[in-house]
Amino acid sequence: MRSPLPDGMSLAAEASGPRRRRHLTWGRVARGSVPYGLILPVLLIVGAILAYPLYSLVRLAFQRYGLSELIAHKGISVGTKNFSSILHDQVFWHVLLRTVVFTIANVGLTMVLGTLVALLLVRLSTWVRVVLTSGLILVWSVPVVVAVQVWYWMTNYQNGVLNFTLTKLGLGDFFHHDWYGTTFSQLGIVTAMIVWGALPFVVVTVYAALSQVPRELVEAAEIDGAGSVRVFRDVTVPILTPVLLILTSLSIIWDFGVFTQPYLLIGQAHTGPSNELMGTYLFEEGYLKTDFGRGAAISLVMLVVVAILSVFYVRKMVRMGDAA
Amino acid sequence: MSGRTRRLVWNGVGLLLFVVLVFPVYWMISTAFKPEDQVNSLTPTWLSLRPTISHFRDAMHAPFFWNDLVNTVIIVGVTVVIAMTLAFLASVAVAKYRFTGRKLFIVLIIGIQMIPGAGLIIPLYVVLARYHQVNVLSGVIIVYITAVLPFSIWTLRGFILGIPKDLEEAAMVDGSTRLGAFVRILLPLVAPGLVATSVFAFITTWNEYIFARILLNDQSKQTLTVWLSYFLGTSRHTDWGALMAGSTLTAIPAVVFFLLVQRKIAFGLTAGAVRG
Repeated sequence: MRSPLPDGMSLAAEASGPRRRRHLTWGRVARGSVPYGLILPVLLIVGAILAYPLYSLVRLAFQRYGLSELIAHKGISVGTKNFSSILHDQVFWHVLLRTVVFTIANVGLTMVLGTLVALLLVRLSTWVRVVLTSGLILVWSVPVVVAVQVWYWMTNYQNGVLNFTLTKLGLGDFFHHDWYGTTFSQLGIVTAMIVWGALPFVVVTVYAALSQVPRELVEAAEIDGAGSVRVFRDVTVPILTPVLLILTSLSIIWDFGVFTQPYLLIGQAHTGPSNELMGTYLFEEGYLKTDFGRGAAISLVMLVVVAILSVFYVRKMVRMGDAA
Repeated sequence: MSGRTRRLVWNGVGLLLFVVLVFPVYWMISTAFKPEDQVNSLTPTWLSLRPTISHFRDAMHAPFFWNDLVNTVIIVGVTVVIAMTLAFLASVAVAKYRFTGRKLFIVLIIGIQMIPGAGLIIPLYVVLARYHQVNVLSGVIIVYITAVLPFSIWTLRGFILGIPKDLEEAAMVDGSTRLGAFVRILLPLVAPGLVATSVFAFITTWNEYIFARILLNDQSKQTLTVWLSYFLGTSRHTDWGALMAGSTLTAIPAVVFFLLVQRKIAFGLTAGAVRG
């Protein structure tokens, strides 16, 4: 692998003379082990808090592990019973399908709206662009749990500002309209909130990528007689594509495993088989019902799906890390 | 349409979008300062001319507010200090050394961030319960350290790579030892990066909800986000004013710090992939 590294830090090693070979060998060994010493603490903690629990997850998935097993610190092996119980459960398949549809809707809306707003930013006067960007960053900074409470307050059926505004705008009679009455409406509000919260990250990233489009390239295309649509299609889009792909795969992974927004916005007491997503489903089945074996089996299915989805992203990032 | 009118239309769209996006934040703050009758009125008051701080008083007097605030500060403080130390060491290894397994380590760091937290609640709960780390602050702290390490390493690596190599070499030629070169040249140059990354770790930890919810059961052990999430369910009649005041109080540290470091970290973010 050719790279600008090793750098100044290893210069000293090059001043080697034959007479001091033995001494230098020891020095070299010591120097060679430095990076391992530097990453060791991270490896230890990641091993304890990530690798070991992941190993436990796989074991748990093949065990009966309830409250009494939790107290005894020992599960009872049941083979693949947890998996067959899930796979034969109608609710599981409904939740999985619902989560897939939910993810597609959320990611689609986030990406399309995010790209449109980024394209809008380019066309704004400087002061409007500064105002809008500041607004986006303010939204970005709001903690999720806080955002949930605010959205719940705005959408409450009694005196929520959303019902009032929609009615005043003449979009229909929303007086005492209950946004949490149907599954579709519940997940719709959750979607609106997630897209609202995810938009800043996507807009800022796409806008940064847009500003990488070389002016000369656009001008050259225009001189060659390309209209604005063609310039966009043949110059802008190819430059944006890698960024859009990374953002899309990240959003898929995030939205597929989402928990806090649906759990808190729909309400801790109101989540159930009719509106659960993978995150809230495994929380209910595994944690609240203290059936950790079954919960582990659900988690495992979810993690495998996410792992497959993230292969693309990780490969892309590793290539970046390697080039640097 | 001439260029000028077109620009005018786009600006109009941009400003309208700004209003829609920022409205929830505005509504939170304005509700928090509104007198009770305006909060509960069927017709919303867009701008109250009789602001009051009574909701903030109520929120602060709500059970466990101060207690959970102290918990949060302890958890966040300890997490940031330990995580930054470990992340800095590892980022030096990744940025400054070529070693067997470096690529694997990078894969690990990036891969970890892709694991959805929800998928880990079951095994983490079971494992931490086995070592009596449930319902104690140390259990949450060690989970948070693990959670913020990947992006901290990744972001710090970027800052270290940004240091001009000649500076370091010049220090070596000057006769400084390697450690001397490190302390005198590298550290001051990475300091801004270290601050920015710490602040980001602070925000992530401050805002975290799932693991705190799972691992801390006693109300006296919980963090501010969990406190806020239970605020709604305390009584039949929701005290919206106090809820919004509590929300504002919870949001302030995260928002202020985010606005301070946002510019510095925006590009590292794309690479490190962090979202609230």
